[in-house]
Amino acid sequence: MGVLSLALLALPMAGAVLLLLLPGERAEAVAQRLGAAVSAATLAIAAVMALSFDYGDAGRVQHEIDAAWAPSVDMRFHLGVDGISLPLVVLTALLSFLGLLYTMRIVPEIRRLRAFVGLLLLLEVGMLGTFVALDLLVFFVFFEVVLVPMYFVIAIWGDERTARAAAYKFILYTLLGSVFILLGFLLVYGYTGTLNMVELADNHGAGMSRGVQTLAFAAMLAGFGVKSPMWPLHTWLPDAHTAAPTVGSVLLAGVLLKMGTYGLIRTALPLVPEGAAALAPYLGALAVVGIVYGSLACLAQRDLKRLIAYSSVGHMGFVLLGIATLTPVGVNGALFANVAHGLITGLLFFLAGAVKDRHHTSELVALGGGLYERMPRLGGLLAFGAVASLGLPGLAGFWGEFLALLGAFRPAEALDRSLFLTLMAVGGAGTVLTATYLLVMVRRVCMGESAQRWRASPWVGDVSRIEWLAWSPLVLLVVVAGLWPRLLLDVTDPAVTVLLGAG
Amino acid sequence: MAWLLPALPFVAAVAGLLGGLRAPRLAAPIAVAGTAAATVVSFLVVTAAPRDGVAAERGTQLTPTGSIPVALTTYVDGLSATVAVLVCLVALAVQVYSVAYLRRDPRYSSYAALVSLFTAAMLLVVLSGDLVVLLVGWEVMGICSYFLIGHYWERDWAQGAAVKAFLTTKAGDIPFLFGIFTLGLDAGSFRISDVFAAMDEGQLEHLGVATLLLLGGVIGKSAQFPLHTWLPDAMAGPTPISALIHAATMVAAGVYFIARLWPLYLEADGTRALLAVIAAITMLGAALAAFAQDDIKRVLAYSTVSQLAYMAAGLAVGGRDAAIFHLLTHGAYKALLFLGAGAVIHVVGTNFMTEMGGMRKAMPVTFLATTVGLAALAGVPPFSGFFSKEAILAAAEHGTDSGLISVAAGALVLISALLTVLVTAAYVMRLWLMTFFGVSRTVDLHPHEAPALMSVPVVLLAIPSALLGFAAPVVPGWISSSDVEPESLAPAAASVGISVLLVFVGGYATYAAWVRARQSDPAQLLGRYRRAVERAFYVDELYDAVFVRPVRAFASGVVFTDRVVVDTYVEGSGTAARLAAAVLRRTQTGNVQTYLTGLLAIVVVGLVVVAGTAA
Repeated sequence: MGVLSLALLALPMAGAVLLLLLPGERAEAVAQRLGAAVSAATLAIAAVMALSFDYGDAGRVQHEIDAAWAPSVDMRFHLGVDGISLPLVVLTALLSFLGLLYTMRIVPEIRRLRAFVGLLLLLEVGMLGTFVALDLLVFFVFFEVVLVPMYFVIAIWGDERTARAAAYKFILYTLLGSVFILLGFLLVYGYTGTLNMVELADNHGAGMSRGVQTLAFAAMLAGFGVKSPMWPLHTWLPDAHTAAPTVGSVLLAGVLLKMGTYGLIRTALPLVPEGAAALAPYLGALAVVGIVYGSLACLAQRDLKRLIAYSSVGHMGFVLLGIATLTPVGVNGALFANVAHGLITGLLFFLAGAVKDRHHTSELVALGGGLYERMPRLGGLLAFGAVASLGLPGLAGFWGEFLALLGAFRPAEALDRSLFLTLMAVGGAGTVLTATYLLVMVRRVCMGESAQRWRASPWVGDVSRIEWLAWSPLVLLVVVAGLWPRLLLDVTDPAVTVLLGAG
Repeated sequence: MAWLLPALPFVAAVAGLLGGLRAPRLAAPIAVAGTAAATVVSFLVVTAAPRDGVAAERGTQLTPTGSIPVALTTYVDGLSATVAVLVCLVALAVQVYSVAYLRRDPRYSSYAALVSLFTAAMLLVVLSGDLVVLLVGWEVMGICSYFLIGHYWERDWAQGAAVKAFLTTKAGDIPFLFGIFTLGLDAGSFRISDVFAAMDEGQLEHLGVATLLLLGGVIGKSAQFPLHTWLPDAMAGPTPISALIHAATMVAAGVYFIARLWPLYLEADGTRALLAVIAAITMLGAALAAFAQDDIKRVLAYSTVSQLAYMAAGLAVGGRDAAIFHLLTHGAYKALLFLGAGAVIHVVGTNFMTEMGGMRKAMPVTFLATTVGLAALAGVPPFSGFFSKEAILAAAEHGTDSGLISVAAGALVLISALLTVLVTAAYVMRLWLMTFFGVSRTVDLHPHEAPALMSVPVVLLAIPSALLGFAAPVVPGWISSSDVEPESLAPAAASVGISVLLVFVGGYATYAAWVRARQSDPAQLLGRYRRAVERAFYVDELYDAVFVRPVRAFASGVVFTDRVVVDTYVEGSGTAARLAAAVLRRTQTGNVQTYLTGLLAIVVVGLVVVAGTAA
């Protein structure tokens, strides 16, 4: 059944190549439809993978393919999914499809459609590859593949004034981070002589001294911390998210950030458990600082897209806190929060983009309130997104935060409980701050009376049909995952138990 | 069958949200039908509820978590079934009334759906057998109140009130969540029945801490000092919403929660002592504030805060049944008073009592029904509020005698409660006189009775408001739970005499002041303290200085730090790398492409090195 894993990557790759080969004008004409069709087919493959997945044995790697690639380094083309990666694979395929579907909307600002769609498909290959890779070097290659298309998407199709600087900053930071990740991987490889992630995870760090493990974990933490982003390595994020075009922001927040936390869970935790135990208190502390710091920063933002971008710093703080507890419940929470944040913040960036398209600005003062009055459905959706984002129980955002805090309430035995109780309390206070900035945002954007200048422009329409199509799956999933959390937790829990060796 | 109770209004909410956008005419039938169906089910549940004190628990696992699983169960006993009936009845009255009250409101369909969701969330709190699922209903109620208080979102004060209501209760919910963690990990389960079982076996090592943490959520939801300030502002919503929030949902949840976990709180003496102090402060302070308000809805709002403090006091002194009895009677008469006040506001077009007057003749039905409600609130015998309040006073005496509460705390509660009786009678009399008596000060020359859809629920609510007190001997049987000894709700002779006298004094003094001042505002009795009392002792101003402004300052500080400090070191490291790249390539172009190429080169070289060493 490994053919599915292969097809998952081959299909978007083929789509990108096809766009490249087609003659110019023809490619421009079909690019949008081709992109949507290819990503829909990819989503279908992901769905088949999910449906044929054996949930009774979610801790085992399935749909596995394992072929020699570079025998000199013992590097193998090793792909597969288990309960940890499967939800992220489906999320990635879904968000890519919705993003490309959304691109079908005729937006005059989007030029060079062939290149745009081609890069998005290439991006999808990299993202999916990262989540299905089971060989450290393969993982690293896919991790890097993502950077290039995203760089161009931001730089070329982003906000005219800020995009180039933001794109530089993005690739600068993440490449710096990658160097550290590679160093960490090399250390592990140097001491164990294998790149097989499944085998390494089963060994639980055997063959490496505590010092080596700590060093390797520190290197990986620095690298994945940039991507997550972990405070204080986050400053690339607001610029990149704000400058990127809507689809770029959606995929950045919805998928790219998850690659960082997924990398921590998939490689750093199981490969070097003693290093993780040594540094988890620092990770927890930085995570909580990120929660509070990100929320405070949101309170003072003057731009809608920038505010949503900063909110990721706080939300990913909960993911990192869950990881830092080194408990099954905390890691489950991190994985849940990962997916929930992808759905919710993906939706919020779609909505913020729609607001910006209609007003040609996303500055709060320039928008000036009254969205409920002008476009009640867009306003209502924005309020829904905000409520989901603040972690309301019954919606997807809640369970991740809940489980991360529960993990911190009783962290792994190796960790200092009183420290983590403090972290939990501060994190809890962070949820109040989170609610504050989101409700203040809704107040400033949605409530109040509409400014005269918007009333005078009748072309401003409410949610269009293609927008409904692109957004309603996200809304639906946010509700379903909130009401029926076992949909995800049944999948992740067995795999997390295996991963942490707690079984 | 009990699971239908939250499910039916929930389905109505979803159908109303989806269908209401397409066919606004269906919004009202959907909303009323959902709540009416739930009401029918609630009567079936209460008749079938186990009377032997053992709860019936049914359900399934909601989700694994990696440690303690979360269960989706219903927990039915006398207490939950009876409170569910109250919730359904008040919600039904509110839904019917709203059809008329918001007839021309373009936002009606989303409004009605949110009221249904609100009802569903409260019923989930009442019936859930798992603390985490209870928390879900608990916070969903918070967000429903946020949207409904912000119904008139074009108005600045409604926006502020909505945000404030959510954030204040959310602040209490954080310790509440940690309290659930504490109980859950001690008991090894989040299920209420398991927590009780663990308690019997002495496994709850952190009982005091847990009950204290949970108290944070309770005082937030039930608007007790110092988290009470959101409730008076919540008046910004439509009047039927106030009836819903004040009578049967939201604020009732806090009191209900303590009664639900009663075996724990009965053991937690320290927590109850703290609750006694909080209740004593809240009941008197809020009653005084009610006396100084001009907005009729704010008077009722402060009276709710004060009456909830009676319930909290009842719980603090060990009188669970007395507190729940008061919750039931208060639910009836406070719903009546808000709906009645809404009818008056609907007709005269103002909230301010100084602009009302003489409505007795124009609205005789509303007048009579409201008079019943006010008499019950003031504790005039034999109306319902008299019996339930006397039961709390009796519980305070009994609790002190039997050592359930310390003498000091018991005395504090008793003294504060008696003073509150006096002040309550005074503000009730003031409201009654200024609204219904004297000369009419309204602009509208033809005031008239409210439409039937509005007056019928008001009249129907007058029946329990008047008569529910006589049910005192059977109420402990209705609300029985496992592990809880039923109490007598008979009033104590001594306090009955004193409090009836105080009701008379408070009412008469206000009447005399009103006559002396030629039928203008009796709040002049407060003299130069009037302003301070009207602002409810400046607690809002204090919070603004202590919380709101520092957080804003911190936020600006963070943005500054991000721009200046954090970015600088990263750009500094960027410069360092650029120099390194420059040295490597012996060029001084310094542009970013060069630099990126350098970094990519490092990565590639790294890969090659691996390949080389392995080969």
